[in-house]
Amino acid sequence: MHPALSIIVFTTLSGMGYGLATLLGLGLFEPAALATKIGYLLALALIAGGLVSSTLHLGNPQRAWRALSQWKTSWLSREGVMAILTFLPLTVCAYASIFHDRHLVLAGVLAAGLSLVTVYCTAMIYGSLRTVQLWSQPLTPVTYLLFSLSSGATVGTLLAVTGASRPWLLAVLAVLSTVAAWMVKRRWRADGKALPPLTTPETATGLGFIGRVRLFERPHINDNYLTREMGFQVARKHADKLFGIAILLGGFVPVVLLVVAALAANAMGPGLTAFLAAFLAVLAHYAGVFVERWLFFAEARHAVMNYYGR
Amino acid sequence: MTSLPAVPTPKKLGLVIDLDVCVGCHACVISCKEWNTGGYGAALSDQDPYGPDVSGTFLNRIHSFEVLPVGAEKIGEAGDARIVHFPKSCLHCEDAPCVTVCPTGASYKRGEDGIVLVDEDMCIGCGLCAWACPYGAREMDLAAGVMKKCTLCVDRIYNETIDEIDRVPSCVRTCPANARHYGDLADPQSDVSKMVAARGGIDLMPEQGTKPVNKYLPPRPRTALADSAVPLAETSAGASGFFAWLDGVLERI
Ligand code: SF4
Ligand code: SF4
Repeated sequence: MHPALSIIVFTTLSGMGYGLATLLGLGLFEPAALATKIGYLLALALIAGGLVSSTLHLGNPQRAWRALSQWKTSWLSREGVMAILTFLPLTVCAYASIFHDRHLVLAGVLAAGLSLVTVYCTAMIYGSLRTVQLWSQPLTPVTYLLFSLSSGATVGTLLAVTGASRPWLLAVLAVLSTVAAWMVKRRWRADGKALPPLTTPETATGLGFIGRVRLFERPHINDNYLTREMGFQVARKHADKLFGIAILLGGFVPVVLLVVAALAANAMGPGLTAFLAAFLAVLAHYAGVFVERWLFFAEARHAVMNYYGR
Repeated sequence: MTSLPAVPTPKKLGLVIDLDVCVGCHACVISCKEWNTGGYGAALSDQDPYGPDVSGTFLNRIHSFEVLPVGAEKIGEAGDARIVHFPKSCLHCEDAPCVTVCPTGASYKRGEDGIVLVDEDMCIGCGLCAWACPYGAREMDLAAGVMKKCTLCVDRIYNETIDEIDRVPSCVRTCPANARHYGDLADPQSDVSKMVAARGGIDLMPEQGTKPVNKYLPPRPRTALADSAVPLAETSAGASGFFAWLDGVLERI
């Protein structure tokens, strides 16, 4: 599948925003701290920014509001509805923290719950497509939720070392969720590659009863919408290397930096070392998740390619 | 609206495509584009139409496949390979995944005849329905930013202002080989249903669970090439009369 930049940016940034919103909603941060207030604004900005970038790939974005109407059947519609619902308690929580130095438990729990539901809906847009076998695995939403939590917790650690919470708590959460995310992701990728193809050129044409089916001539010489949108291919050896880079950047590097940040904050209190380490952890984590998300699309094969010999 | 009809539609209008007959001439591709660029909804645009990277929106495309008999590694090893021309357009699936994923309600399946359509005024051009269709039957028009797909020529089949003979999809009307047939596949007495029953019509990608309405008639078995080939005259052993004399003369020259 074609890895569209707008969708990669949307799913990774809003994932980070929802992860952070979950932790904020659960009351893990001191509501009166300046860093917590910044955290709320950041979560809202990441979610809103992600939503705006997701409309960039639409053919007719001026009608985007219509996408809220079909929540009965469509995961994309559900995601839109949930994203807007999440804004309500989250904004209330942000208001209470920023102007009244208070944490509202009920609104917080609602914001946390709705954030996770929204991420689940995003994942199910892909997870419910039988046409893309790699995505239709049951672990797809688990990977989305874990990457959302781990990137939120990494940003949370950055806030914690600047006085919003106990650095150790957030760093431990971030390390655990990061390790879990990459372990599940590795499993997801290995499982997905081991699956025997659901659809083959033989079942696609119904000609398997004669023998092996091979494309002889495609409909037109040049690429079309289908081959551009669904015929993207990344070389296997490059994909493996990129996946290694993603684990290194988004897994090993942030884990080390998070531990350094927590140790530094513990030993010297909030300071430049802890801040820098946590800041670099956020950057590395995001870079890793970005590559992971690029591969999520680039490595996925769509059933229609059975008609195009790819 | 993107819920599928609750009960099976009373009619299942669709196509039956005969893979034994299609000669791969692409006439239906052109007639489809011609009719539908001026008909239902936005025109079917082309990008870079006179340049080297020409591409455009088509609702019907013809692929050609080579089928190598089982057991063969090389062509000719286990019988003759076959070329099968393969027209492909929307199959108006009963369990259409393209409809249920649509967030806006633009995609829908008609309760009365089962035709799957896009209301282009509601489509935001998210492209998700094209991802959900396993057959590549939906293409986003890059100029209009809305999803295009086969309408089964809904603006012809019920159109009382045109001659009755023309009230079939444009591709069916055009096919010079008569490889395309249109009718009600819910009615066991219809010509198309009888054809499907007689020839063992098949579903494409049954494993995708889409329950396509359109059916494909598999190619019939063929006499092996070797059996019907005329042997080349390698010797003149059986020649008599004038030919025997000529043979002798030519031999002496
Ligand atoms: S062929 Fe594709 S576009 Fe047509 S109804 Fe089936 S899934 Fe939908
Ligand atoms: S492209 Fe249009 S018809 Fe297709 S899912 Fe999106 S809104 Fe619906």
